[in-house]
Amino acid sequence: MKGGWFRGYTIFYLIFLYAPIVLLPIFAFNNATTIAFPLNGFTTSWFGKLWEDPALHKALTNSLIIGCSAAVISTLLGIFASRASSRYAFPFKTPLMGLILLPLVMPDIILAVALLTVLLGIGMPLSLFTVILGHVLVCTPFSIAILSTAFQSLDQSLEEAAYDLGESPVSAFRLVILPLVLPGIISSLLITFTISLDEFIMAFFLAGNENTLPVYIFGQFRFPQNVPVILALGTILVCLSIALLATAEYFRRRGIAKTGGKDTGGFV
Amino acid sequence: MHSKPKVRFRGSEAANGLLMISPTAIYAILLLAAPLAMIFAYSFMTDGYLKIIPQFQLCNYFGECHSYKDVNGVMTEAQTYKGVWSDPLAMTLMFRSLMISMIVTAVTVLLAFPVAYYVSFYVAPSKKSLWLFLITIPFWTSYLIRVFLWKVILGTGGPINFALLEIGLIQEPITWLLYNVNSVVITLAHAYAPFAILPIFVSLEKIDRSFLEAGRDLGESPFMTFWRVTLPLAMPGVISSVLIVFIPTIGDYVTPSLVGGPEGKMVANLVELNYKKLDNYPLGSALAVSSMALVMAVSLLFLFMNRRFLRGNKR
Repeated sequence: MKGGWFRGYTIFYLIFLYAPIVLLPIFAFNNATTIAFPLNGFTTSWFGKLWEDPALHKALTNSLIIGCSAAVISTLLGIFASRASSRYAFPFKTPLMGLILLPLVMPDIILAVALLTVLLGIGMPLSLFTVILGHVLVCTPFSIAILSTAFQSLDQSLEEAAYDLGESPVSAFRLVILPLVLPGIISSLLITFTISLDEFIMAFFLAGNENTLPVYIFGQFRFPQNVPVILALGTILVCLSIALLATAEYFRRRGIAKTGGKDTGGFV
Repeated sequence: MHSKPKVRFRGSEAANGLLMISPTAIYAILLLAAPLAMIFAYSFMTDGYLKIIPQFQLCNYFGECHSYKDVNGVMTEAQTYKGVWSDPLAMTLMFRSLMISMIVTAVTVLLAFPVAYYVSFYVAPSKKSLWLFLITIPFWTSYLIRVFLWKVILGTGGPINFALLEIGLIQEPITWLLYNVNSVVITLAHAYAPFAILPIFVSLEKIDRSFLEAGRDLGESPFMTFWRVTLPLAMPGVISSVLIVFIPTIGDYVTPSLVGGPEGKMVANLVELNYKKLDNYPLGSALAVSSMALVMAVSLLFLFMNRRFLRGNKR
C-alpha cells in the first residue's frame, strides 16, 4: 500500500496520543495506593469509594448544573453568530467574529483573571453563575465552529422557496432551516457540555467557595492516598466523554449528510 | 395570492446581520473585550490590598512599586515590590514560558505534519473523518488527568523506568524525565497535538491534486514536488497551527504545576499567585499584559516572516 511509512508513523503517533488514556484504567483497577509499576493486583474498591465521598457528589452536581447551562447558552449564542456570519454581510463582521472567536487562542488564565477582575470590580460574588459566564465564553467559539459547517452547507434557495410560498422569516427558520441544522445543534450541545465538564482554569478562578469536578480533582492531587480514587473517577469521565463525543460526531455527520454538504472533518 | 411580490427581507442585509449577531457580540464585548480592557487599565494602577487605587503609574511594569493597606480608614504604605520588567523572577518565568512555548510549537507542528499529510493524501475519503475523530478524542478527555498521567509515565515508577529497569539497561530509575522543562514540553506537545493537526489537514485538503500531477509530469522528483508545490500551498495551515499552539501554551497553568517542578514553573503560576494568594491585581494584570504583549510580538514577527505564503490566499 502507498504511504506505508506515513501509516506506520501515524499509528505510532496515535499510540503516543492514547498512552495516558490507556494507562488510566490500568491504575484505576490496580490494588495499590502508589501509582507505579509493577502492578499489584486487580480491585474495584477505588470505584466503590467514589460513592462514599459527599464532597465529590457536590462537585459533580455543580459541574452538571454548569455544564448544562453553559451548553444551552453557548449553543444559542453560537446559533446567532454562525447564522449571521454564514448568511449576511454586515459592517464590522471580521472584527466582531474575531472577538467572539478570540477565546480559542487566548490562554484561559488571561480570560479567567480578566473576568475575575471585572466581576469583583462590579461587586458580583463568585458562585456557580460566574463559572457559567466564563464557560459560555470558552464554549461559544467551539459551538460556532460546529454550527458554521451546518449553516454554510444550507442551500439558500430552500429558504427563498419558503418565502415565496408565503412563510414569514420566523416560520421559514422553524420549518426549513431548523430541521436541517438540528443535528449540528445537538452536536454543539454535546461538545460544549463536554468542554464545560472538563474546564478547569475558569472554574478555579471563578467558583469562589464552590467546587467543580476538575477543581475537586486538582485539589485531590495533593493527597497521594486519594489519587487511585481520582483515577477511577477519571476512567468513568473518559468513558462518558468518549460516549458523548461519539454521539456528537454521529449527529454532526448526519447533519452534513442531510444538507448534502461535504464533510471536512469538523472542528475547523 | 399577493398582488405585489412579497417583500422578502425586512431592513437591509447589514441591519439583519448586525441584529442577528448582536446577542453573541454583546456577550463577547461585555465579558471579553471589557474585561481585557480592564486588566490593561488595572496594570497601571496602585494596589490597595483587595482595593484598587485609581492612580496612574508605570511601576507595575518598571521600577519599584508600593502597595497600600487600609488601616483604620487611612491608606498606609504596606509593601514594596518590583515591577514585571524589573523583577528577575518574573523575567525568568516569562522568558522561560516563551522558550517552552516556542519549543512546544516547533515539536508539535513538526510531529503533526506527517499525520495530517497521511490522513489527507493516503486515507480513503470515506475514512477521513473517522481518523480525525480518533485523533481528536484524547484532546477532549479530562485534561487534568491526562497531565497527571504524564507525571506517572515520566516518573520513577512509570512504565518507561520500569521497562528500562526490567531489561537491565539502567540500574537506578532515571529522574531527569520529570519535574523540569522536558516534562513540560512533552506534556504540552501531547495536549496540543490535535490543534496542530487539524489546520494543516484542512489546508492540505484544499490543494488541487492536479497541481501535484503537473509537478510530476514536468519531471520533478516526489520530494521536490512536495517541497515546491505541496508545502508552500500548505503553509497557511502550518501558520495557523503554529499560532493556535504557540499563543495558548504560554499561559498554561496545569502542566507546569503538576509536572514542572521548581525549574519548570511558568508565568501562569506567578499570575495565579498574584491573583489568588497575594491579591495584588495590578501586578498580576501587568504580568498578564506583558506576557500577552510578548506573545503578540513574536506572533507578528512570525507572520511577517511568512507573509509571502499568506499573500493572495483568502482565508
